[in-house]
Amino acid sequence: MSVITIHRVPPLPMPPRRLLGAYLMEARSECLRYFRMPGFLLPVTLFPTMFYLLFGIVMNRQSGAETARYLLASYGVFGVMSPGLFGFGVSLAMERENGLLTLKRALPAPPGAYLLGKMAMAMLASGTVMALLLALAVGVAHVQLGVLQMLLFLLMGMLGVLPFCALGMLVGTLVKGQGAPGVINIIYLPMSFLSGLWMPLSTLPSVLQQIAPIWPSTHLRELALKTVGMGQSPAWPHLLVLAAYGVGFFLLASRRLHRVG
Amino acid sequence: MIQSVAVVASLSGAVKRYGALKALDGLDLMLHRGELLALLGPNGAGKSTAISLLLGLARADAGKVELFGRDPQDIEARRRIGVMLQSSFLPPTLTVGELLRLTASYYPASRSIDESADMAGVADLLSRRYAALSGGQQRRVQFALALCGRPELLFLDEPTVGMDIEARQKLWAAIRRLTAEGCAIVLTTHYLEEAEALAQRVVVLGKGRVLSEGSVDALRSHVATTRIRCISDLDVAALSQWSDISLAERDGTHILLHSDAPEKVLRRLLDADPALSELEVRRAGLAEVFTELTRESGIEKEAA
Repeated sequence: MSVITIHRVPPLPMPPRRLLGAYLMEARSECLRYFRMPGFLLPVTLFPTMFYLLFGIVMNRQSGAETARYLLASYGVFGVMSPGLFGFGVSLAMERENGLLTLKRALPAPPGAYLLGKMAMAMLASGTVMALLLALAVGVAHVQLGVLQMLLFLLMGMLGVLPFCALGMLVGTLVKGQGAPGVINIIYLPMSFLSGLWMPLSTLPSVLQQIAPIWPSTHLRELALKTVGMGQSPAWPHLLVLAAYGVGFFLLASRRLHRVG
Repeated sequence: MIQSVAVVASLSGAVKRYGALKALDGLDLMLHRGELLALLGPNGAGKSTAISLLLGLARADAGKVELFGRDPQDIEARRRIGVMLQSSFLPPTLTVGELLRLTASYYPASRSIDESADMAGVADLLSRRYAALSGGQQRRVQFALALCGRPELLFLDEPTVGMDIEARQKLWAAIRRLTAEGCAIVLTTHYLEEAEALAQRVVVLGKGRVLSEGSVDALRSHVATTRIRCISDLDVAALSQWSDISLAERDGTHILLHSDAPEKVLRRLLDADPALSELEVRRAGLAEVFTELTRESGIEKEAA
């Protein structure tokens, strides 16, 4: 007869410093990884800056610095949306398909590190785009901006990317792999148009003006205008709406990610 | 006799269904400290499902799954394992060193980057981007990532696919070194010689259940037949009448015999044909055992 005794060895504890290190390492890896990928970085940085240079500065020589100031906010929001939607949504959709997400789930990556890493990457990419736009506005279009205004604009970009990360994440959990970029574009481009990022809202048909508050980008545009000293309405309702969108999309997406994987 | 066994992971009565398909049908499996267990079975036998349950990637519909006495989805438990999945995608723009540093950061007491890279034979690749590596090199990097956390239990799913012979031999040496350190390893492989070379215990799965379990030698004894091959003019029809020969075939100039008592057959054979040449005697390998076992289970199913 054989008796099997089972003894268990206690696990090594994870020191808090190492845990924090793991989160930072994940964020660093995500940033390095995407910033080395021209296929991601070039469209994300070039589209908003080229559009701003062309439509906001070169073609608006007559109307002067005030138009360039107004369009800085519009193209700023246009530039905020894509790191969130593409950097988060498309990459999540791809990694659900190619098995990286499965590997991360099997490895002892700390909870949420994968998503937080992507978030950090999107914030950094958005901040980079904002800095490029500010350089064009101040350096080329001679828009007068104070240091505080520039910092607030940068902050708008880095925090404003979060609701779009959440939206991208939701799309990334619904669509798998190669289908994601198409779906993201179907959201990104019409939403940019409908929230007055390409043409002022007042020039759009009144129906479209009335439904504009549905789009999160409309609210971020109001905030962006405020940071450059042009918004009329108070900031807090827009902040609340964006926070609600961000939390709502995130909860829906994480529920789906948990259930479907 | 009292045996002291440290169980690092176990499945007991695990059932997993995917729709109408029962991938695991009450599977019992125990993994012991420092032991290399080879998990074999034809496609669809439930190997991947068993591993998914142990890694916490999927939940069992019934039965109990434990990893270090905990729920596999518990991160404390997963901090003690290393993983090399069958199809792994890793960020192509990161360097091997960066991938190692990231993965090592997940563990409480990881190996140094250099030690991990040395063990997996990728020390010369640390500054290279993952995308620039060959398939075999990528596989070795994945092995380095699996062992960098100093795991007590390592899951290796088809680790040597796409590797050349030399790389495979090096990986085998590293695997032996890990088990010598007390690391338990679960290996799934299609290369039976790999299981034969490395495994202390082999579990053959079929249709979500354990078909057979034991050491490689114990499994071999399932198929006692030894194969004898040689060049001879002897008549195979006459040979097949000999008492200890279960099968006799002619293959051109060669004859092939199956026997349960090869020593007796050989003595008679050499007497009967002094001109006999190119004699080969081979015990049944794991490949034959495997074919036999999975064939038996097919018959059982038809009989049921």
